[in-house]
Amino acid sequence: MDKNRRNFLKVAGISTLAGLGAPAIVDRVISGKAGADVFASGGNGGHHEAEAPTHNEPAHKEEKSGTRYGLVIDTRKFHANPELGEKCVHACNQMHNIPQFPEGSKNEIKWIWLTNYENAFPEHSQQFRDKYTEDNKVLVTCNHCENPPCVRACPTKATYKSKDGITMMDFHRCIGCRFCMAACPYGARSFNWLEPKTVLPNPTNPDYPRRMRGVVEKCNFCSDRLVLGEQPACVAATGNSGAMIFGNLNDPNSEIRKVLKENFTIQRKPSLGTNPSVFYIV
Amino acid sequence: MFEKALKGNTNYWIWLAILGVFMAIGGMCYVYQYNTGLGTTGMGRDISWGVYISQFTFLVGVAAGGVMLVLPYYIHNFKAFGRITILGEFLAIAALIMCLMFIIADLGQPIRALNVLLYPTPHSMLFWDMIVLNGYLFLNIICGWVILTAERKGVKPPKWVYIFVYISIPFAISIHTVTAMLYCGLPGRHFWLSAIIAPRFLASAFAAGPALIVFVALILKRVANFDAGKEALNKMVTIILYAAIINVFFVGLEFFVGYYSNIPGHMHTLEYLFFGLEHHGHVYNKLVPFMWAFVILCIAGITLLAIPYTRKENEFTLGLGCLMLFISLWLDKGIGFVLGGFVPNPLHEIVEYSPSLNEIMITIGVWCTGFFILTILYKIAVGVEHEIEH
Repeated sequence: MDKNRRNFLKVAGISTLAGLGAPAIVDRVISGKAGADVFASGGNGGHHEAEAPTHNEPAHKEEKSGTRYGLVIDTRKFHANPELGEKCVHACNQMHNIPQFPEGSKNEIKWIWLTNYENAFPEHSQQFRDKYTEDNKVLVTCNHCENPPCVRACPTKATYKSKDGITMMDFHRCIGCRFCMAACPYGARSFNWLEPKTVLPNPTNPDYPRRMRGVVEKCNFCSDRLVLGEQPACVAATGNSGAMIFGNLNDPNSEIRKVLKENFTIQRKPSLGTNPSVFYIV
Repeated sequence: MFEKALKGNTNYWIWLAILGVFMAIGGMCYVYQYNTGLGTTGMGRDISWGVYISQFTFLVGVAAGGVMLVLPYYIHNFKAFGRITILGEFLAIAALIMCLMFIIADLGQPIRALNVLLYPTPHSMLFWDMIVLNGYLFLNIICGWVILTAERKGVKPPKWVYIFVYISIPFAISIHTVTAMLYCGLPGRHFWLSAIIAPRFLASAFAAGPALIVFVALILKRVANFDAGKEALNKMVTIILYAAIINVFFVGLEFFVGYYSNIPGHMHTLEYLFFGLEHHGHVYNKLVPFMWAFVILCIAGITLLAIPYTRKENEFTLGLGCLMLFISLWLDKGIGFVLGGFVPNPLHEIVEYSPSLNEIMITIGVWCTGFFILTILYKIAVGVEHEIEH
């Protein structure tokens, strides 16, 4: 009898511990930073992100400390100046020595590129489009999501979230499993299918480290320029046109937040809950 | 017990030699791929996983299918499976080795593979897949080998091995569940983003694995004088039949959800796989013949196994039915599921994939390695059975 009771208590105790511990473990496993932000992303695009917390949002969702770099792309400015987009892509290619495999080939490596509105925003309304979105090309790149699916998928932490909100990529740890490429809902990741050094752009930038065959790469918001206090290469390429605004989304007084407050912006595939840090003024 | 694999008739050696030739060709093709890069395959920016990962996915199922022998025998004490349970365990070993080879073949930096252990990452499903696959491989090697050794000595297997046998049952379920989770947890890939993927994987696994075992058992009866027994085969066919029908049911449900809800994202891939997807005036339909072959072989296989005459009275039709089902499930999961999931790409462009010759030869090489290992293991198992009988 006594023995039975003791066994029962043992089992009960262990199950209670497991029950208490499980939510914490599950939380860690899904690396959920989502929490309260889930409602903010919604289906209405990133517009809400920029607004001051309303009464029906949780109180603690005021301002986050730390840095979260973000980008606003003003497609109107690119429409007004059609060469600007190519200039951005070119600046990025030069800056990061992006291997120049033939355009449209399966081996192509792209960090930032121009695409059609319907390809950039396939989940937004496509019926009876205006002439403007029909003609205009849109710049797309890594969204440096707040909840990046690629970081969740990576089995070696070769892709990770930096302290300033950039989704980084470590060439030297990547095993080339390409799980992140399957996980990215924006097609922002490229793989070095062949030896990259044979097709580097000319001239090459000696300051950017060498990549190797068999690893994944993507936009890093020019993190090495940011530490020097410079803007990302693509943003710098747009000069004073105001076509791209880069800054800290967590700073309510930053220029990017001002722009977000004054304009209606959309994010790519907001319904997926990734919370992209790249916003578009269409 | 390895000495059993070293004695065999001419046919045995010819069979191994044929497999060896393809293994050598596959090995040479891999050296070329290793030195040149994965650009030698048909994979690219948009279809970033190809036949390697799709074979891996299918073979995880074949490995898990072995549990359909282990479970009835050890849990329900279904005696008729006594002679063939070892076939299930050894099939799992061969299939898992193929899985690991396909993963290595697919890595861009294979020498860094151990980074998965150096930097363990519990939020990655690939990390868990590595754990359960290696765990299941280890369990099957232990259980298969210890139990076969005990049988040979004419003693009861040691009690401790049963702990591993019982652990191996949930492990079998877990390997295919975690493999399904590689796909079904990815946002933005609508075809994969379905809660039914794991159960569907298990259903097709519990048909494909046993179907291969029945097929091989019928061959062993002819070439190695090894009779699995009518009762055992009959029971296995029942399991195969139910599992295959459940898989068809699940595929049907995917169609219902896609087409009745009429949500484009849920229909695109099904349309691409079965009917061809039209985009800017061009119809993309490379995989359509494969998927209809899947449908036809599946129906034919189920029919052959369901009709009492073709199942019980005629071994040729029984074997044919199992082979048809095995191939149909391979087309479904080993071709359509993984490759189809990448169409359309995240930017709603359509890029089609076809494997390169080099890639196909590596794939064949891995399959032949698997069958090479399977042949040797089965030779040992059958040899031990014969030894006990004498």
